[in-house]
Amino acid sequence: MQNSFLARNPSTLIFLAALALFTIVVTLLSEGLGMGFVSTSFVKTLGKTLCLGLVAISMDLVWGYAGILSLGHFAFFGLGGYMIGMWLMYERTRDVVVSSLADAPIPASAQELNDAIATQIFGVVGSAEFPLIWAFSDSLVLQLALVVLVPGLLALAFGWLAFRSRVAGVYLSILTQAMTLALSLYLFQNDSGLRGNNGLSGLQNLPGLTDVPQALVSLWFLWGSALALGLGYVLAAWVVSGKFGSVLRGIRDDEARVRFLGYSVESYKLVLFTGTACMAGIAGALYYPQAGIINPAEIAPIASIYLAVWVAIGGRGRIYGAVIGAVFVSLLSSWFTGGRAPNIDLGFYTIQWVDWWLVVLGLSFVLVTLFAPKGIGGLFDLISSRIMPDRHGADLGPDDGALREREARE
Amino acid sequence: MIRLFLTGLFVLLNCSLAVAQSTSVQTPMQAVLQEQSELIVKSSRKSIAPAIDAITESGLPQAQDVLQAWQGKDMWLRKADGLFFRAEKLDSKTYKLFDFDSGERVGEAPKSELKQLKPNSGVRALIGVALVQFQLNDPDPERRRAALVSIERNPSESLLAPLRASITTESDEGLKEMKLRAERLLTISFGADEAARIEAIEYISGDLGVDARATLNRLLASKTDVFTDAPPDNVNVARRLEVGDAISSAEAYQLLVDRQLVPPLVSQNDIRLTLAQHVTDGKVGGVSVAALTEAVQREKAYGALVAEGLAEPAPTEAEVNAALSQHIFAELYDEPSAAVTQAAEKAMQSTSVHVGLNQAADLALDGISLASIYFLAAIGLAITFGVMGVINMAHGEFIMMGAYTGYVVQQVVPNHTISIIVAIPLAFAVTFAAGVAMERLVIRWLYNRPLETLLATFGVSIALQQLAKNIFGTQARPLTAPAWLDGAWVLNDVVSISYIRIAIFVLALGFLAIFLFIMKRTRLGLETRAVTQNPGMAASMGINPNRVNMLTFGLGSGIAGVAGVAIGLFAKVTSELGSDYIVQSFMTVVVGGVGNIWGTLFGAAMIGFMQKGIEWLNPSNTLAAQTFMIIFIIIFIQFRPRGIIALKGRAAGD
Amino acid sequence: MKLLNSTMAGAFALAGLTAPAMAADCPIKVGVLHSLSGTMAISETTLKDTMLMLIEQQNAKGGLLGCELEAVVVDPASDWPLFAEKGRELLSVHNVDVIFGNWTSVSRKSVLPVLEELNGLLFYPVQYEGEESSKNVFYTGAAPNQQAIPATDYFLEELGVEKFALLGTDYVYPRTTNNILESYLKQKGVAAEDIFVNYTPFGHSDWSKIVADVVALGADGKKVGVISTINGDANIGFYKELAAAGISADDIPVVAFSVGEEELSGLDTANLVGHLAAWNYFQSAEAESNTAFIEAWKAKMGAERVTNDPMEAHYIGFNMWVNAATAAETTDVDAVRTAMYGQEFPNLTGGTAVMLPNHHLAKPVLIGEIQEDGQFDIVSQTSEVPGDAWTDFLPASAVLKSDWKDLACGMYNTETKSCVQLLSNY
Repeated sequence: MQNSFLARNPSTLIFLAALALFTIVVTLLSEGLGMGFVSTSFVKTLGKTLCLGLVAISMDLVWGYAGILSLGHFAFFGLGGYMIGMWLMYERTRDVVVSSLADAPIPASAQELNDAIATQIFGVVGSAEFPLIWAFSDSLVLQLALVVLVPGLLALAFGWLAFRSRVAGVYLSILTQAMTLALSLYLFQNDSGLRGNNGLSGLQNLPGLTDVPQALVSLWFLWGSALALGLGYVLAAWVVSGKFGSVLRGIRDDEARVRFLGYSVESYKLVLFTGTACMAGIAGALYYPQAGIINPAEIAPIASIYLAVWVAIGGRGRIYGAVIGAVFVSLLSSWFTGGRAPNIDLGFYTIQWVDWWLVVLGLSFVLVTLFAPKGIGGLFDLISSRIMPDRHGADLGPDDGALREREARE
Repeated sequence: MIRLFLTGLFVLLNCSLAVAQSTSVQTPMQAVLQEQSELIVKSSRKSIAPAIDAITESGLPQAQDVLQAWQGKDMWLRKADGLFFRAEKLDSKTYKLFDFDSGERVGEAPKSELKQLKPNSGVRALIGVALVQFQLNDPDPERRRAALVSIERNPSESLLAPLRASITTESDEGLKEMKLRAERLLTISFGADEAARIEAIEYISGDLGVDARATLNRLLASKTDVFTDAPPDNVNVARRLEVGDAISSAEAYQLLVDRQLVPPLVSQNDIRLTLAQHVTDGKVGGVSVAALTEAVQREKAYGALVAEGLAEPAPTEAEVNAALSQHIFAELYDEPSAAVTQAAEKAMQSTSVHVGLNQAADLALDGISLASIYFLAAIGLAITFGVMGVINMAHGEFIMMGAYTGYVVQQVVPNHTISIIVAIPLAFAVTFAAGVAMERLVIRWLYNRPLETLLATFGVSIALQQLAKNIFGTQARPLTAPAWLDGAWVLNDVVSISYIRIAIFVLALGFLAIFLFIMKRTRLGLETRAVTQNPGMAASMGINPNRVNMLTFGLGSGIAGVAGVAIGLFAKVTSELGSDYIVQSFMTVVVGGVGNIWGTLFGAAMIGFMQKGIEWLNPSNTLAAQTFMIIFIIIFIQFRPRGIIALKGRAAGD
Repeated sequence: MKLLNSTMAGAFALAGLTAPAMAADCPIKVGVLHSLSGTMAISETTLKDTMLMLIEQQNAKGGLLGCELEAVVVDPASDWPLFAEKGRELLSVHNVDVIFGNWTSVSRKSVLPVLEELNGLLFYPVQYEGEESSKNVFYTGAAPNQQAIPATDYFLEELGVEKFALLGTDYVYPRTTNNILESYLKQKGVAAEDIFVNYTPFGHSDWSKIVADVVALGADGKKVGVISTINGDANIGFYKELAAAGISADDIPVVAFSVGEEELSGLDTANLVGHLAAWNYFQSAEAESNTAFIEAWKAKMGAERVTNDPMEAHYIGFNMWVNAATAAETTDVDAVRTAMYGQEFPNLTGGTAVMLPNHHLAKPVLIGEIQEDGQFDIVSQTSEVPGDAWTDFLPASAVLKSDWKDLACGMYNTETKSCVQLLSNY
């Protein structure tokens, strides 16, 4: 089975090989274990980019394959980050507090220890008590479970409500966007118990491993992210290559026909929506310890829209396209906003990329939508043997699937 | 006595300053000011009173002028000789100086040689109070009004007599009314005659004025007290407080501790600190330190310390309860007269009912106002999204473009009224053009791909937003309303709404009318509806769908631009102005029901009132209100996926 | 000293890299970590320009330790995690000797772990909530006791305010400041029911209800005052509503901690005359150094531009750093830090700022009334107030003290006489 699956998906093997090569090369060039050509901050950037690739895969599954333009997947990503962040924050603070209380003449009671940790964590936001949602924060296993469960359950509840009432298309997009907005506004409140606008910080310091240099920690996370991306890729490729994937594409192309064929469209959508939310959560849990801080601004609606942009530019409906889009655009963004791109002097005006990058991104995004709906991934069609049958009519883009322009007009 | 002293001082000063001051002679008011010079220069509310009193009690006719100049920050100090003058600006560096006593111009001085006296608002208020007695009978009605405002801000007993004396001579009817009212309020607070006070209280019963309520509340101020027996007769008891009911036992016990009637409670932290002081050989009070993580062990160790006399005994719960039951807690009015407080309570009750009703009205006005803002922001979308079905994520940026147009016009046309009149059509034109361009260049290629329209217009949105930042910078830009829109329509002290919000409401209504007119009565409206419902059929009837789509989209965008001018007037003009409204605007249209302008109206009304309602329930956290509102909308859409007004039949499209 | 300095610079130029005690690398790099895009660009771009101006001026004076100063500007784009990333980049890739940057507290908390890990040096120029003292950060902005507490005292003493409305944007600075103020006011005998607290989101624009609530506070006959920690754009809507409601500063005074000349330039101030702001600097301060500073700024950026408090903080911080590096004869972080303690530099309002061992400045507190031209009329100026990292008005931090010079600890518990932690809490 595995053999035949890989044989049917040669791109998977190529992708995995490329990913492995990339990881090894970065490791060899890194400051932590290699020659020091790649700085630790860039290793972190690369590790984070891999996580973005993973969340882009989950976005591609819901959008590129099932036609649900979810503007909420970055919220699931952020929730995953919050869940792991709670444990990191709690454990790190506990270590500090325990060592500082060790000198006290009277040993601290469990309550005093708890209060001291709470004061440390919530002191900056003017509180000194653990909210209920931190109940499991002392257990790594439980918080890891929550990384999957919390986004999953939110997606399940939201999806069940939305798909049940047959909300689809742009309505669903706007609704998911509203959900993201509500979640980020909620987290912005100090009363949410997740430190409001400040969020959870200092996540790059792993509890108990304070002596390990960040150069090494960043590599561990790079490997972890690469592994997660590889597994996520294989899983996604496997899912879409089977019968499940066929039904999804059917739903994307004509939901009503699939429903008439007797498939429970809602269940398929719900399973996919929930599954990809879990995947996004895992990506987030790997991303934020590398970023070092998570706060509500991360899950603002704009972030989810950017996610859609990456996938669109990379090429929807093909998994490697999503990864390429996420990697390409986010790295390019960081290059342009990092002030390293050379300014262009036009004589009468100097183009500073810090100012103009977003304009270029926005317009190139319009151009991709208009003229290259297949995105960067479409370039691979030119070199691969995949030739589209001539169906007498321009492609409407993956959204409309089998629908050709002529049919659409009718 | 003071006169005598002053004259002495005057002579003294004259002698001492004679050398430094050959041109001017020390005059009486200058002498008073010089005597208080230190306090005047220090200018602190806490210490200024003697200086103000000295000026008022000098009996000099120019006292009023001095106080007024001082209050208006027109009093300056000449650094060279420390004399005070009234100064008027000649140009940016030089000032004309006027002597207070003669009122005559005594010369000019460069600014660097002068020091302006800047009484802070607290000092200015005190000067205002001192001025009351002069201004109450001033020929200028504005000054008389200022005096009344001073009385309202700082009511005091000493003002009652001059106020009463000035009422009979008041010629202006409006001012007389105000004076009578101020007199009643002062009588309530400071009157000597109980019957007169009660009469005044009954008179203002139900009055919504903040000053009236303030007067009553001040009268009803009370404090909690504790007695071992029944309260004595000479106090005015508001009510008895039952422990555990009206007053918590912790509060009550703290009150007893404050009166030093009982020993204080010992907190866990106190126990820990005390124990830490008595550690010997790893043990405290016979308990090993390692065991002290348990509260029980700590109490045991502490008990041992108490037994040894090393620590204060901690009162037990039974002792606390016993102490509480032995005392009577009561709230006492500061005002000794029971009859007055009773009347005030009664008046307050009737006022509270009025206030409650008016607050509800005010909340409703706020709700209407917010609804009209949402409606205005969403009405353009109601056309592009509701009628044409085009998702335009750049709608917010069209609003922003409108606002910036208003700003640019105001830079060119300084008159605010004219600039707004110019800005509104211009904003429409600019965003109409932008809308048409976008429709031609982007959207028309994507009519069959709604999700991609969403993404492409989003690309336009981020590009436009960044473009605005590059052009106008990131600072917020001022867009100032014309003076006739300043201020608020004040119904009473509770209900008021700013004119600018009323203007937005009117504008929203106007657009509703325009929308209805265009859609129902014009050829464009007919064609738009036809093209939307069935483009193929419309085309075969000779309608050019391209042209109609273009014009309709331009219309929707143009309206967004005008909305931008209005929103910029009441809020801010920044490049992020649009993105603040975009999600809410889509919500408004979706909740109301796509394709129906009345739906959008209901949607905006529902969201506006809802948000204000939640804000009212939780006044300390506006963010929570927004969160809960969105969650409510999400749930609402589950039950009415097509919005409040759902289109039926063929109009529904799919 | 000057002579010695120039001689050494000359010697350095001649001898090339033979003087190991001095900064070995020319040019000396100064990192500028301010958002140039995104929501905070509105405030931070100004500070970036200030830094470039200061570095330019210093280079014109002959640079530092015989080296040119070179600014390394990066854009963290108002994206908080990016501050950590860019901070790491500045320290480990560009090898900057010092960083001037950040505006929001959350961005500072984001970059803190990186600074402490790599032993960097940050000058943070904005008023903040305190409750922090990092070995690697010099806080040149105001701590709560240098802004909020004096302003509240002014309300209590000078304006006779008895009832307080604490309005803030919902994030850490207003939350903590309001907590401190609540506790302070209660100690001053203000009852809990006389303190009204409200939090609004960033960029809030619909203020009618909140302004009405504040007016309603006056109904019990006590004088009401508003202490505003409202941030950024939201102020515009707030002040417009305040003006529309006809609330004069004599009825309900408003003192703001985040509204300076820059923010007022987006407003028509005619209706706001008399409302207050508390800062350590106003453009209207009369001092020769200030006139020169304003002139240089306007010459560089245009006549319509204004100066504000965080700019002065950078001005002081940068000059202190230059002097400390000159005194230490190196830009090595630890040496400069040691040399920083006790550094004095004349501030732009006429006094002298001193760097304290707790990494805060002693600065005067100014209270200004808004004028029609968008400037402030200074109505109160205190003598220099030493900044306090840990507030005395919250029980948990009253026992804490920061002293990096003698105790070598930023979070020292005076009750247990032990150092709680060496790294800062983030």
